[in-house]
Amino acid sequence: MKEQLKIDFNKIQEVSNFSNRDIEIKKSYLNKFIENGFPNRKQENWKFLDINQIISKNISDLSFYNDYSIENKIDSSIFIDDLEHNKIVFINGRIEKIDFSYEDKKQIEIIEDSYTIDKFESNNSLIDLNIALSNKHFKILIKKGYSLKKPLIIYHLTNEKMNSKNINLRLDFELEQNSSLKLIDFFSDYSEKNFMNIFYNFNLDKDAILKNYKIDKSLNKNLKYSFNNINQKQNSISETFVFSAGSDYFKNEINCNLKGGYSSAFINGIFSLDDNKQHEIRTTINHLVENTKSYQLIKSVLGKNTKSAYQGRIYVDSKAQKTDGYQLSKAILLDESSEFNAKPELEIYADDVKCSHGSASGSLDDNSIFYLMSRGLNYKQAKGLLINGFLLDVIEKITDAEIKDLLKKMIGLKK
Amino acid sequence: MDTREKEIENLKDYKYGFTTDIENIKAPKGLNENVIKFISNIKKEPKWMLDFRLKAFERFKLLKEPDWQKPKYPKIDYQDLYYYSAPKSMKDKPKSLDELDPKLLETYNKLGIPLQEQARLNGIAVDAVFDSVSVATTFKGELTKHGIIFCSMSEAIQKHPDLVKKYLGTVIPTTDHFFATLNSAVFTDGSFVYIPEGVKCPMELSTYFRINASETGQFERTLIIADKGSYVSYLEGCTAPMRDENQLHAANVELIALDDAEIKYSTVQNWYPGDENGKGGIYNFVTKRGLCKGKNSKISWTQVETGSAITWKYPSCILKGDNSIGEFYSIAITNNHQKADTGTKMIHLGKNTKSKIISKGISAGFSDMTYRGLVDINSKAKNSSNYTQCDSLLMGNKCGAHTVPYIKNKNFDSNVAHEATTSKISEEQLHYCQQRGLNPEEAVGLIVNGFCKEVLQQLPMEFAVEAQKLVGISLEGSVG
Repeated sequence: MKEQLKIDFNKIQEVSNFSNRDIEIKKSYLNKFIENGFPNRKQENWKFLDINQIISKNISDLSFYNDYSIENKIDSSIFIDDLEHNKIVFINGRIEKIDFSYEDKKQIEIIEDSYTIDKFESNNSLIDLNIALSNKHFKILIKKGYSLKKPLIIYHLTNEKMNSKNINLRLDFELEQNSSLKLIDFFSDYSEKNFMNIFYNFNLDKDAILKNYKIDKSLNKNLKYSFNNINQKQNSISETFVFSAGSDYFKNEINCNLKGGYSSAFINGIFSLDDNKQHEIRTTINHLVENTKSYQLIKSVLGKNTKSAYQGRIYVDSKAQKTDGYQLSKAILLDESSEFNAKPELEIYADDVKCSHGSASGSLDDNSIFYLMSRGLNYKQAKGLLINGFLLDVIEKITDAEIKDLLKKMIGLKK
Repeated sequence: MDTREKEIENLKDYKYGFTTDIENIKAPKGLNENVIKFISNIKKEPKWMLDFRLKAFERFKLLKEPDWQKPKYPKIDYQDLYYYSAPKSMKDKPKSLDELDPKLLETYNKLGIPLQEQARLNGIAVDAVFDSVSVATTFKGELTKHGIIFCSMSEAIQKHPDLVKKYLGTVIPTTDHFFATLNSAVFTDGSFVYIPEGVKCPMELSTYFRINASETGQFERTLIIADKGSYVSYLEGCTAPMRDENQLHAANVELIALDDAEIKYSTVQNWYPGDENGKGGIYNFVTKRGLCKGKNSKISWTQVETGSAITWKYPSCILKGDNSIGEFYSIAITNNHQKADTGTKMIHLGKNTKSKIISKGISAGFSDMTYRGLVDINSKAKNSSNYTQCDSLLMGNKCGAHTVPYIKNKNFDSNVAHEATTSKISEEQLHYCQQRGLNPEEAVGLIVNGFCKEVLQQLPMEFAVEAQKLVGISLEGSVG
């Protein structure tokens, strides 16, 4: 793998026009990655699902080079019709279209910027890989006081041309004071056995609002990793929703730094898995100042040979008095081969806080099934109804009515 | 000064902080094969026991000291410790209590366990471990009548080699983690209990541990076997004298419950926690594990952890037999610079197994407390269930409270529920108590005791009173 990485890295440098400074930075991150390799179960964060193992099992010859010179045809039938929206379209990791036609162009800036590329510190070797190999680096800036009229949907599409590839994407979002953005990540794949590594970095200024919905619904045999880093100043709000179902492997990592008073973070997630799928959500909420709030709700429905994991960490700094933190994870195991893992962690250094977490897992309640069947439903209907009710709880947490409706339709909770 | 205040004044400094001047026999400093042979030789152990130790030592050489725990400590030099220390007067073992070294007896009196008195009054059989050798065992007669074996580990190795050979190392094998393996290699003494089939042990069995000589690691090994349909309740209390340097305590406790048997193991741990600036104190790195081997067996751990500079232990249950039950009740209190990383593991292997975890953590001063637990439901453990509740209470903003539960459910028939809260004592509660004439310290004591009640209730009477007092004393000076 090492040799392959070095060859592919040089190839990428040849076809791109990075500055010398960037190349040096990228090289140092590449070396860091080569030293550490893909994370494995020996690392606490990867204890439940070992990406190193999963990659070597699913993808035999992973290649890191992608030819971005060829344009891909956009299949517009994939676009969501029910909702008017702005678009960014990625096909096989290449940006094909940026369309903000609904918005005031003066209020949004799209900057091709590589200056901040290394302004992120982490011990995560997948982020190292991302920084080393990502091709273009865009920053989307939303100006002071501007709220996007329509949501932005980022389409992550792949076609059958792609196989055994690693894609690294990076986007930065800068939300200036009192601005707001609704962002939907929509995944749709016609390829298999690829590894996608997506890194978003959000900076929320005072009073800014970010809503990010990640929808991984269409069935595919790709492996995905997504990392959201969200920095929040006073009064800002972030809401993240993850619908995790389609890919063979998907790990969503969300890291929120609540740096300003009265800022809050909400994370809600659904795992709806069947047939050998392994998904994980890992969250870290850092309460760093007084009067901050976080809320997390994660629910899993697990079918045959599936595994879901939730690792949630709430950190409360000794300065962060009056913190309110809450975590709840629930799972329904439908098959004897399904497995649920949770590690809801609290790390608290301040005394005037309200923090709690809960976790429950088990099978469908026999009494409820009996109740519904005695009222004329067959077993399948009764089961469906109970599962829908279980998941609806999370969907209802979505604060945007339009998007809530869209999601309900997608999941089949509403016609 | 009213009597209560006087009492507190007396207890303020570590009550058990005295050392007894008794000549010790020590093994040469350091850890090597010769020291292990020396220990084995001085205890006149058979060859299989020495082989057991040496096998563990071979393994130990390959192991690395773990470092994933929350409380970090300066590196221990394992070559700079004494691994064996016995009071000299033990050479000719006394036949009865009257023959005991009066100084030893005095020590026990100071500790509040006058053997004869307390034993007679409380009906407790005490097997006191003083440094590393069992000093005396009381109430043997009564126990022998029922066929119960309650003696020191060394004695058991001599007199009941079959039982020891059959069960020792079956729950904590010689190939276990770093500290457990170290213990397997160098353990000096401990208690051995065997309850025969169908016998309900008529009294609570008890050990009092105490570390005396400085620079000695204390490595006891306790083995409790409850045969089919039997019941036993075992109490363990720990204290240690004040010393500037840190002392290591790495004991192994193995419990085995066969069909329909029940073992209840209670600990009140009050090792020397170090002074107000965090100097000295015991490192309490203990491995405790119970195996519910038979059907319908039950193992219950109750612990009150108030002492030690660092407490790092996870009393665990392996629920192998069908319908077996594991329980864990814990109160951990840290004050000043104490650190604790404690919790439990419930490993469900058999069908219809049940486990319950209630953990209460209280941290004050500059201390740090971590609950770390594992609930693992195996795919064969049909219809099993677990309930976990861990609550933390913080006093002041210089301390920390952490919860790290691991939950693994691989069985769709099983239910796992986990709850945790972290809070502080509310102003309202304090105000209410003070309004009714309690001073702030009494009020906190009352509220904390209420917070811990669920666990205190699980303790046998004699311990519950002491534990309640300990809870109060441990939090001295943490309010206001």
